[in-house]
Amino acid sequence: MAGRLVGLAVALGIGGPILAGLGFTLLAGFGWMPAIGQAGLGTAPWAAAFAAPGFATGLRLTLWTGLGATVLSLGLALALAQGMARDGGRRMRLIAPLLAVPHAALAIGLAFLIAPSGWIVRLVSPWATGWTTPPAFATTGDPAGLALILGLALKEVPFLMLITLAALSRVPVAAHMAAGRALGHSPASVWVRVIVPQLYPLIRLPVYVVLAFSLSVVDMALILGPSNPPTLSVWILRGYMAPDPAMALPASAAAVMQLGIVACGIGLWHLAERALARIGRAELRRGRRGGVLPQGAVRLAGALGAGLAGGSLLVLMLWSLAWRWPFPAALPETWSLRHWTGRGWGAATLETLWIGAAVVALGALLAIAWLEAEDRAGRRLPLTALVAAPLLIPQIGFLQGLNIAFLHLGLPPGRGTVIWAHLIFVFPYMLLALSGPWRALEPGLIRSAAALGAGPWRRLLAVKLPVLLRPILTAAAIGFSVSVAQYVPTLFMGAGRIATLTTEAVALSSSADRRVVGVYAVLQAILPLAAFMLAIAVPGALHRNRRALAGELTR
Amino acid sequence: MRLMLAALACAASAASTPALADWSGVLAAARGQTVYWNAWGGDPRTNDFIAWVGQQVQERYGVTVEQVKLTDTAEALSRVIAEKAAGRDEGGAVDLIWINGPNFLAMKEAGLLHGPFVADLPNARFVDLSPGAPAALDFTVPVEGLEAPWRLAKFVFAHDSARVTPPASMAGFVDWAAAHPGRMTHPHPSNFMGATFLKQALVELAPDPAALQAPVTEESYAVAADVLWQWYDALRPHMWREGTAFPENESVQAQMLNDTEIDIAMFFDPAAPAALIEQGLLPESARVFVPEGGTIGNVSFVAIPYNAAHREGAMVVADFLLDPATQARMQDITVLGSFPVLDPARLDEAARAAFAALPTAPALPALDDLGPTLPEPHPSWMTRLTGDWAARYTP
Repeated sequence: MAGRLVGLAVALGIGGPILAGLGFTLLAGFGWMPAIGQAGLGTAPWAAAFAAPGFATGLRLTLWTGLGATVLSLGLALALAQGMARDGGRRMRLIAPLLAVPHAALAIGLAFLIAPSGWIVRLVSPWATGWTTPPAFATTGDPAGLALILGLALKEVPFLMLITLAALSRVPVAAHMAAGRALGHSPASVWVRVIVPQLYPLIRLPVYVVLAFSLSVVDMALILGPSNPPTLSVWILRGYMAPDPAMALPASAAAVMQLGIVACGIGLWHLAERALARIGRAELRRGRRGGVLPQGAVRLAGALGAGLAGGSLLVLMLWSLAWRWPFPAALPETWSLRHWTGRGWGAATLETLWIGAAVVALGALLAIAWLEAEDRAGRRLPLTALVAAPLLIPQIGFLQGLNIAFLHLGLPPGRGTVIWAHLIFVFPYMLLALSGPWRALEPGLIRSAAALGAGPWRRLLAVKLPVLLRPILTAAAIGFSVSVAQYVPTLFMGAGRIATLTTEAVALSSSADRRVVGVYAVLQAILPLAAFMLAIAVPGALHRNRRALAGELTR
Repeated sequence: MRLMLAALACAASAASTPALADWSGVLAAARGQTVYWNAWGGDPRTNDFIAWVGQQVQERYGVTVEQVKLTDTAEALSRVIAEKAAGRDEGGAVDLIWINGPNFLAMKEAGLLHGPFVADLPNARFVDLSPGAPAALDFTVPVEGLEAPWRLAKFVFAHDSARVTPPASMAGFVDWAAAHPGRMTHPHPSNFMGATFLKQALVELAPDPAALQAPVTEESYAVAADVLWQWYDALRPHMWREGTAFPENESVQAQMLNDTEIDIAMFFDPAAPAALIEQGLLPESARVFVPEGGTIGNVSFVAIPYNAAHREGAMVVADFLLDPATQARMQDITVLGSFPVLDPARLDEAARAAFAALPTAPALPALDDLGPTLPEPHPSWMTRLTGDWAARYTP
């Protein structure tokens, strides 16, 4: 019964809007959009999309950057997670800031860092390079999309590492490690040959999410990707935003096509998984030991990534405090606090906080209800596909349709619709983050509580929730950072009236002023960071005299 | 024929004096309304100016202004379209749009605009709305009272006078770029400013400039485009990144000039470089230059969507923007530095004195230095031109 209620709530709250949005996008993709006097169904929008200049190149770019970024991110995350696993994931705290930083903010910072006129070149010019004007190489917006791949990897590696470390609780790492070491394998060899094959099925869905996201990313592609032609999602955005409203039709066709690309990408990935598993099994049977991970290279890549990410955040901070910073000065020529004291970033900050808090509260409630309903029913709810949908379906396509659907329902654009739209994207992440620890909860604990006469409600409130406080708060922090980062949903569902830090930062990122962008990007990063710090500090304070609650019971 | 009718309609509406009673009715209805002004949000000074407008109309008329900051004006357009799709013909989310050119034409043709309302604004008496006057035409399309002018735009280039001497004409860009390889570019033509750069060249190079004032035809396009692409093909290999990549808009290009990544930027506001210097966003030595033959100019407007929830409030804001005191403040280089849309001949002594007393800046050009203002081609030229550019130069 409870399961049905939760299922219904999720189906209506999350699934309904997605289906409606998809429906309207699909209709528009086949030429049906009465508002602009287009009511004939047909394939003309598809023909128009295929005939558009640069469409084929953009398609290739999309596949290359999406698949490339995912392979790179997964490989690095798995390799780096080995080192992280050894100290129980404590160093993961150092990575939390990165996880918290919205994609747009990191992309802006990275562009400030690696551009030909960026901080790195400024630091070494002209004394080492002789450059008095920026060199003519393309480090951002390069035609191959390498900067975009780098930007995506900087965001996705920490995410996949966190997921990997969370999944490790379900693999007896220490026992395998001991057995493997006893058989003469190096830790890296045990990791690759024994742990990763067991780990991978547990993180498969997040990997698909990363793949789908990388194939359809909008904001990062705008800032770091090539522009002539751009990736498919940027092409779609341009279509929706074009002065000629009829361009929405081919854009919708392309949005439907992107859905197919994501599906094909996941299918391809799945085939590659199986091929790799076969090759891997053959390799395992040969029983070799030896170095399988170029440890030095992995560590270097990790350090480089951390350096780039750290540098990106630092340079955002520097720009927000600069007044004039001409090339090739290593540091601003004149400093100013004017951008922090002058402008009205307070309102946008409050708006962001308020929306994030509401979304996270709803998301946590729904996720806990979901998992508890599963516990009581003794089986998984049959809606996993529905939850995964918003993470796998390209945002830009179904949001335009959802916008029309909300308007059809007579829902006035505003904070309420924005919160709803955010929830669609936040809830899956919170459920993903929470379900691992929840399901790994020591069953003996629940049995003991039941044996002592605690009913289901008391088991939930007095045992599960307190024991799971840390993962719940971590899920909340992840949810909050996802909410803060939402751009297209905020813009569309708020009719542009809801000004969050992200909508302001993106609007200003097309301005000449890196300093103001710096202020908003820094704030955008600080808010989720504060949430992550709370997620660490609160259980620490509450459980300071409950050593056993410091996480072990969920491992 | 259509043009003539429109002109007649325009003349008729300009001739009628707004009934005072009507306007006080508008003021009464506007009190307490919140006007959602959808305006490009990429320029902090414009945003500040809009905030100031909000304060003023709040104090005087009890109207609240909320700026909806857009990255592209077409966002507002798609919002109104989405509302129409959903049958939301009243209580729309967009009350006022900063608009012109193709966006205006698209909304006008789709019947998405409220009006005519301009002649009802008391301050419209300071504007020359006679047929053919700059404020009565938007990219050659008759305004017909569907949008109110608020600021003047004129295409200019900027360069760093400490480093380079600029070319004297659009044709001269080819030699200049060959001598300074990789040091010039233009925004992507899908952006307004990038398209304007192409149009500026078109206006100068086209064998028959008069053809640009009529909707584009196959014949007229073939003649003009032939010359234009010859010029562009000669220029492109010498551009930044060999003309394979382009900045997103003029602001990003201004940043590139500031970074010395390139030597030339372009604006639709002669005061923009001076304003950017004042904000520390361009070197002190940045200066405006224009090709000898003059540059394209147009007027920025505000329009009210047909389903706007706060129509009266939007009209009050549109009227306030035409107030001579507002226009003088707008021209103040420390505020916005954009030139007024008012007809000097219609101003009284006090208003003229207010304009004369405005502060100046070394990088601020005098109106006389800017050369003649050339009319915008018909919007169909821009659509055709940018489409053709994309087909030719997108790999």
